[in-house]
Formats: sequence, structure tokens, C-alpha cells
Amino acid sequence: MNIALVTSQDTDHAVRAASPLAVRGMTVSYGQTPAIFSVDMTVRAGAMTAIVGPNGAGKSTLLKAALGVITPLAGSVTAFGEPMADMRDRIAYVPQRASVDWDFPVRVIDVVMMGMYRKLGLLGRVRGQHKTLAKNCLDRVGMADFAHRQIGQLSGGQQQRVFLARALAQEADVYVLDEPFAGVDAATEKAIIAVLKGLRDAGKTVLAVHHDLATVPDYFDDVLLLNTQVVAFGAVSETFTEDNLQAAYGGRLTTARADPESVAG
Amino acid sequence: MLADALLLQLGYNATLVTIGAALLGIASGVAGTFLFLRKRALVSDAISHATLPGVGLAFVAMVAMGGEGRSLIGLLLGAGVSAAFGLLCVQWLTDRTRLGEDAAIGAVLSVFFGFGVVILTVVQTMNAGRQAGLEGFLLGSTAGMLRSDAILLAVSAALVLLLVVILRRPLGLAAFDPDYAEAAGWSLPRVDLAMMGIVLVVTVVGLKVVGLILIVALLIVPPVTARFWTERADHVVIIAGIVGGVSGYAGAAASAVAPALPTGPIVVLVGFGIFLFSLLLSPGRGVLASVLTHLRYQRRVHVRQGLLALAQGQPIYEVLTRRLLERRGLMLPDGVPTPAGQAAASKALLDETRWAIVRGDQAFALAAMRYDGLTPIEDVLTPDQLVEVDGKIATPQVVA
Repeated sequence: MNIALVTSQDTDHAVRAASPLAVRGMTVSYGQTPAIFSVDMTVRAGAMTAIVGPNGAGKSTLLKAALGVITPLAGSVTAFGEPMADMRDRIAYVPQRASVDWDFPVRVIDVVMMGMYRKLGLLGRVRGQHKTLAKNCLDRVGMADFAHRQIGQLSGGQQQRVFLARALAQEADVYVLDEPFAGVDAATEKAIIAVLKGLRDAGKTVLAVHHDLATVPDYFDDVLLLNTQVVAFGAVSETFTEDNLQAAYGGRLTTARADPESVAG
Repeated sequence: MLADALLLQLGYNATLVTIGAALLGIASGVAGTFLFLRKRALVSDAISHATLPGVGLAFVAMVAMGGEGRSLIGLLLGAGVSAAFGLLCVQWLTDRTRLGEDAAIGAVLSVFFGFGVVILTVVQTMNAGRQAGLEGFLLGSTAGMLRSDAILLAVSAALVLLLVVILRRPLGLAAFDPDYAEAAGWSLPRVDLAMMGIVLVVTVVGLKVVGLILIVALLIVPPVTARFWTERADHVVIIAGIVGGVSGYAGAAASAVAPALPTGPIVVLVGFGIFLFSLLLSPGRGVLASVLTHLRYQRRVHVRQGLLALAQGQPIYEVLTRRLLERRGLMLPDGVPTPAGQAAASKALLDETRWAIVRGDQAFALAAMRYDGLTPIEDVLTPDQLVEVDGKIATPQVVA
């Protein structure tokens, strides 16, 4: 088990400043039971980090609380050492596919444009350069041919790619994804991981909730094992061990391995 | 007579009412679109019913201050304040208690409306002021509309349109993907508050024209109707504005011809007429189009399955399949394929074989996504790729 080290405030300040996303003492509760309890997480810049844990471990909750989508009971978040609220432009979020109204009257290209809304502001005109960027982003995820389709006509994997394209259009430094591979086809999984690795190689930071234990070592550099509390956090080579997995999943480990989808969510 | 009304030939007052109703229709259609897309359309029903106590209390207050209690601005201000209070109650009940939004709407709507009816009943027994006409707020009454009232409508409609233009991006984003909107830094509570504020303005100024019971229809029917005609949110906004404007215009003109009819219900019925037309006949999402598309698709599937069966020499039992094949001259009544049927059948089988290879090969992953069992593979692959695929048919690979 991890033993929290007592660090002076100054040291932690420096640690936070170096991290694109640092969470301290985060507790979120729906009702009286905490979904996550006192979570510390210091995401390493330029790395791909997975959040892994059993069903109901609070993985999505941790992401949402870190991004300010839900209000935590306790805890603080900094991005690049600054308050989260000032750094939102530098962080792109890809929510879970299920959280969206797919019958919404919007075309693929319009969804990608949403990634530029912050830059455009309320009244900024959409210019040629914005459209070009949107098309480039669609091209990077292999969806350029679908630009004018209604979003609901796409398959699950295609929708997920469009969501990634929207995050790319934000031109952020940190990419936070909630279950990007849940319920997508193999081709999409390949395409998405290629884009994410490309981002990492370009110096960006990637943080994703992930449910497939088998692919963690292939896809990610760091891993955070979560089960309401942090079970272990660090480089995959040192942290993604049988003991730690056993501690996070308990008796559910065999099921989680046999059927990755069963621990999604 | 109705033609005169539609051409604004019925005199000053009727013209004023008609234009006012059209402006209100445009504003409410536009404002209602975001409410509809955000799936919170019924909140507007709570807002509108919550105006009634405000109307009654404003009357009492104005009489107490020595007036007649008839100033429309005064009454609408009262309506606005109590509607805002009702909205806050819905919001508070939804956020802070275990009640769902539907229950909160039901509670607020009925309590405020009940309270309003009590106040109006008491007002009727007052000896001061001129309370006649207050009940017009229930179902709308445009008789006696003044120039100043029409100006109020015009200004409010312009304000609503301006706000929607300014806020279109956050409003659309919050409706489509609230989590992303929040993470991107648009405060969801504030966006929702702005949306509700816009709806509140429309509701309050619409009280006089369509009445508080039916204003909800003017907010919901236009966007629902517009949705039948487009797959783009910005177009839904524009079409909803047009549908609302036409409903208001035609409804008010009709009720100018028959003054005994209340304006609100007529406006709503005109809107419903446009809705019904769209529901049945719109090309993409209409009922008729859906049925036709489904039938056409079903036939294509049957023909395809029939051809594949012919190609493999299997018997066809399904009556519809046989009939379709015979009618197309692909098969004789005894189940034997015609020469044309032979050709089509082997073409279908080749297509299916090629697809099987494409779908099994990661190199064609993008093309494989377009497989639907019907699309000819030539539509998806280039001739060069086809040659490549065919090469794999000729030389079956033994899996070690």
C-alpha cells in the first residue's frame, strides 16, 4: 500500500506547477457514500496515464470532478499550477458517449467546430482557417468523408472519433478521455490510440479512463488504480502488478480480465 | 373576410394585433427551440402558470396606489416577478431535493396557478379598480390591444432574437453535450439561467396574446415542427421562428374575423396544423417518408437475399421474395432463374464474397465500416482495390 509522504507545502507547490493536472484530497459523494475518497493524483506531463479500476470505482467521477463538471465535497485541482478555471482552454475533454443526445440536430463538422467555441467567443465569425482546422481534425481521425452527416447516423466508433476530433480542434495541451474505447470497433480503437500516441509524442498529456486491463501496458505509460481510493499510482512497469490489481479488484479480477466490457462504467 | 384579415385590411386595431401576434410567434419559436433541444420544454409550463398570482397581486398593488390597475406594463411586471419566483422554486426543488424536475414542475405549476385563481377571485369582489379583462390572461384576449402593447411586443421580440444570436453557441452546446460545455468553461447554471430568462420574457409578453395556459404550445410546437425539416440546430431555430410567426399571424387574423373566439387557442391550432403537415409529409423524418423508406429497404433486402439464394441454388420460400424476383423478371414462377436473374445472382454472390474479404482485412477497415449488406462494393472501393481483393479470392490462403 502507498503511504502518504509528508511533503512541505513548498515542495507540493513545485510538484503541482510541473503537472498539467494535479488533484489533491478529492472526495465526491452522491448522497452519503463517497464515490471517490481523498484522491491525490499528479498527472505527469507528456505521458499517457490510464485510470483503471472495477465497476463503480469512481473513475468517471474522478475525471468529472477534476474538470469541474461536478462539484466535489472536498479537494482542489490545479492545472499547470494554476486554478483549473483559468486553464480550461488548455484542457480538452472527451466525455462518455452515453452522456450525449445523439438525435440532436447537428452535423459532424458542427460538432468539431464546438471545439473552437472558446477561441471564437460568443460572436467571433467562423473563418476559412477555422473550417480548415476542423476538416484537418476530422482527417486525423479518419472521418473526413463524414463531415456533413447527422451525428446520429454514425456508428458508435465513428461518433467516438468525431468526439476526439472535437478535442483536437481545441488545440489543447491536455486530453482527458472518459472510456474512449468502450463499445467501439477494432479499427476505431486502433485509430484513436494512434492519434493519442501521436499527441503524446508531440509533448501533449493524455489521461483516460480505461477498462481493458489487457491493453494497459501497450497503450499507457502511467496507471492509476482506483477503487474509491487510490490503490496505486505510478509507471505501468512498476505499478501494474498482480498484487496491486488484486488489491484494486479483489475477487472481481478474473471476471474483469475475461470480459473487459463488464467493468466499463 | 379572412382574406381581408390576412392582408391586414380589417382596420388599425386588427392589424396591430396580427403583427403583434406574428412577432410573438417568431420570438417564442426561437426561444422555445433551445428549451426543446435541452429537453426542458415543460419548465415553460411551470413558468407560465406561475405568472397568474403576479398578475393578480400587481392589480391589487396598483389599485392600492390609487390607479385603475389596468396598466399592461404593471401587470406584466407582476407576472414576470412571480414567474421568476416560480422558476426558482422549480430549480431549487430539482437541485436540492430528491424530487425530479417533472414532479417539481407539477407542484409549482398547480400551487402557483391555484394561488393565482384565488387572488383573481378576491379581486373580482373588490370595489375599486377596473378588474374586467384580467381573466383574458388565461386564454389570451387581443381585443382592446393598444399601440403601446404592440410596441412592447415588438421590442421584446427584438430583444429575444438579439439574445439568442449572442448566446447561440453556449445554448446549443449546453443542449447537445452539457458535460463538455461545463468542462470547456461555460457555466451550465448560467447558460440555463439565460435560457430561462429568454423564455420568461416571451412568456410574460405573450400572456396578453395567447394566455398563460397556451403559451407553452407556442414555445414547443414550432421547434418540434421545425425538427422535421432539418438536421441542423441553427436551421431549427430559423424554421421554428418562421412557423411561430406564421401561426401567430394567421391565428390572430382568424380571431379578428370572429372576435368571439379567443386568440390563443386559434394561434395554437394553426401551429398544430403546420405540425401535423410536417409530421406526415416532411421528407426526412415524416411518417409517410419513414414508411416508404422502410418498405423500399425491405424490398431491397428481399431481392438481395433472393439473388444470393438463387446463386447458391437454394430454394426460396418467402412469398414476398418470390413475388419481387418474379416481378423484376429475375425468376420464373417455378423458381428457376431467368438469364437476367442468373447474371444478377452471380453478381450478388461475387459482391458478397468480395465484401467478406474486405471485412476480414484490417487494411480495408475504413471501407468495411460501410458494409450494410446492400451497397455494391464498386461504390466503396476503387478499381485498383477491387483487383487486389479479387486476387485474394483466386488464391485462398491456408491458415497455418
